[in-house]
Amino acid sequence: MIRYIARRTVQMFVLFIIFLTLTFLLLTALPGDTVKQRFATNPNIPPEAAQLAIERLGLDKPLWEQYTSYMWNFFRGDFGFSFLQYPRPVSDIILERLPRTLVLFLTVLVSYYILGFVAGKFIAWRRGRRGEHAITIGSVFLYTVFYPWFALMLIWFFAFYADVVPINKFLDPEEWVDAPFSSNHVFMVIFGVMLVAGIVALTLWILSRRIRDPAQRKRTVWMGYGALAVVMLWFWYLSDFGSTRRLYAGDILHHMILPVVTITLISFAGIMLLTRSSMLETMREDFILTARAKGLAEKTVRDRHAARTALLPVTTSLVIAVATVIDGGIITETVYSWPGMGELLFTSVVGQDTNLAIAAFSFVGVMAMVGHLVVDILYLFLDPRIRVTGE
Amino acid sequence: MTDLLEARPAADLPATGSLWRIRANLVWAGATNNWNLFRANRVGIVGLAIILFFALMALIHPILMSGMRWYSGVGLFLFVWPAVAWVIWPLLGRLRHERRITVPLTVGLAAVLLAVVGVTLGGVWDAATYHPVVGNEANPPILYRTVVNEVTDPATEMSMREALLYSNPDGSPLAPGDVAEIREQPTGPYGRHWLGTDPLGRDILSQLMKGAQGAFLLGMVAALVTVLFATTVGAVAAYLGGWVDSFFMRLADLLLMLPALAIFIVMSSVFRFELWHLAILIGVLSGFGGVAIVLKSQALAVKVKPFIEAARVAGGSTIRVIAVHVIPNVMPLSFLYMMFTVTAAIQTEAVLSFLGLLNIDMSWGLMIELARNQGYFLTGMRFWWLVFPAGLCVSLLAAAFFLVGRAMDEVINPRLRKR
Repeated sequence: MIRYIARRTVQMFVLFIIFLTLTFLLLTALPGDTVKQRFATNPNIPPEAAQLAIERLGLDKPLWEQYTSYMWNFFRGDFGFSFLQYPRPVSDIILERLPRTLVLFLTVLVSYYILGFVAGKFIAWRRGRRGEHAITIGSVFLYTVFYPWFALMLIWFFAFYADVVPINKFLDPEEWVDAPFSSNHVFMVIFGVMLVAGIVALTLWILSRRIRDPAQRKRTVWMGYGALAVVMLWFWYLSDFGSTRRLYAGDILHHMILPVVTITLISFAGIMLLTRSSMLETMREDFILTARAKGLAEKTVRDRHAARTALLPVTTSLVIAVATVIDGGIITETVYSWPGMGELLFTSVVGQDTNLAIAAFSFVGVMAMVGHLVVDILYLFLDPRIRVTGE
Repeated sequence: MTDLLEARPAADLPATGSLWRIRANLVWAGATNNWNLFRANRVGIVGLAIILFFALMALIHPILMSGMRWYSGVGLFLFVWPAVAWVIWPLLGRLRHERRITVPLTVGLAAVLLAVVGVTLGGVWDAATYHPVVGNEANPPILYRTVVNEVTDPATEMSMREALLYSNPDGSPLAPGDVAEIREQPTGPYGRHWLGTDPLGRDILSQLMKGAQGAFLLGMVAALVTVLFATTVGAVAAYLGGWVDSFFMRLADLLLMLPALAIFIVMSSVFRFELWHLAILIGVLSGFGGVAIVLKSQALAVKVKPFIEAARVAGGSTIRVIAVHVIPNVMPLSFLYMMFTVTAAIQTEAVLSFLGLLNIDMSWGLMIELARNQGYFLTGMRFWWLVFPAGLCVSLLAAAFFLVGRAMDEVINPRLRKR
């Protein structure tokens, strides 16, 4: 198993190098690229200054040398400086933007996946009953609705008309004027808390599956979640560390509601439709009939026999789902002016900031690849067949 | 998995006659059978109706703008296609030893009706007013608003603050009690503009029709390119195996894993995207990406069937076996993915033109971008003709192709059908 994971990691790394090479060639080696336009052939710059800029940026060197030095610098964490925000190094900007996107991305990924799977499971199970058509049409609408338009309508309704959430941005500057923390610090705290809570909840869920007695299992799970909630409350309200940051974290979370709801609504329909057809195929299998004939409860048949098997193709689709959520994140961040990686990619491309664009794009690629790797490892736990052949 | 050619032949199939006649019969029987299966899915029929509605919108636009010309594409559609149908359908009937008069009659009547509509509607819209990009309504309806201090009815009154923007006909500033004459764009729907005008005085309906043309062009080209590449790659990879297989599959993995929108955004910084380029690029990305994987697995199932072996024993070369035996058998599935590609292509185009990254002059995404840029979205229902039609068009057409795809999925994949 370790060998399998290691092999996949190495494959991903090789893939990333190919990806970075292609990006580099696409953005800097093609004729008429923006750096040369900006410095080498710009008539407003005197020739000596242009020559100086060319030499300083290394544009007079052969392509191979430029490429190797770029790669070497990239893996040392030096992505050059940004043209749009001139003296700032790109790595600084990326470090500033990354937590904001990660918080958004992970929240959405978890919430929409669970929502889509659970909803798909129920719809498939109640096939042919009333309401199935309405739900299917609703989910097809959500799946194919024009994303930016839908987001703008949600902004109009919830942020402007009903006025329950802020219109855009990720914090309210007035509340942060004399804040003792930077917004990124608070983001990291939120991220850490979410990660710890998520891992605890997942462990609890996995451990509870081993308890045979349903009543006891239910009791254990609810007690565990109750304890988690108590610890959370203690952290945010009573502990010294949490209570000082509570208001600021609350402000960020308040701004996060609408973007998270938007991406979740848009993307969960895809998972739901997939789970539905996967469940429908599983429900025709003989072992479902056997399970029913044994006299097991409907709920047990649905959750432990049908859904467990139907989960496999849905997990495979998580790979595509990661890409979908990143795409959705780019649109959402642009529409909601959420200053994260997606917005950074868009503004750097529009502003012809090559260094920033390559770095932002490659970090988006890293996010997709890490997501892929995690899904692979997850699959390992879900499907015993791979565990055997992967050895 | 059954496919179009294999689907149950009709019972009264005559086994004699020329090879072409038998083939025509098989195709006809398969098509009828599949159509009956498709027709059972009501949602799919709704999708088909929406697609036809938008196709009609796209086709009628040139007639409205410049009238009927026999050489225009629409003229071809209206006159040549029915003529072909008149000839082909009876021939098909004769091949099947049947004379079906109802179908050609219906088609012919529909064509005559369309032609009459075309002649009456031809050139109704003059280009100066109704052109989707450079047209302008010179005489919008005049709105009368009385200037008051406290506005109680916004339909007939305006505040002093608003009155600063206008003046009396003689140029003097407005005072409370004066009646202001407002000629303002955008205007809501009225007789000359059924869906109103945009802030630049252009007709919204005309823009929608132009957008439908672009969407169809884009969707069709993207879908064709996807199918072309995906079927070839899938069939070749499955049939040859080895390094060809692993190369194309790793490539597909990479393309599937990367977020497509990010790729398009980055590419738009290097290339000037026209609609054609985008369509081909979408086709290439999905043709070498996810669709290729699906078609390859289907081709693998075809590869182990006995008739492939028979073809090889009979001396068929690799190219011939792939082209004549493998590809026709994965075709139905690739038609299915054509539909899903169209959905994706329409949405990608709308998003990219919404972000302003495409080099095109009119599309649905651009209309929404304009409405958003000028702040009409936060006015909610007041300027609904700027906010709703374009967004609904993108969503509806994408949904329609998706629904047709799902209905076709049930035709092709019997396991999905209702028990």
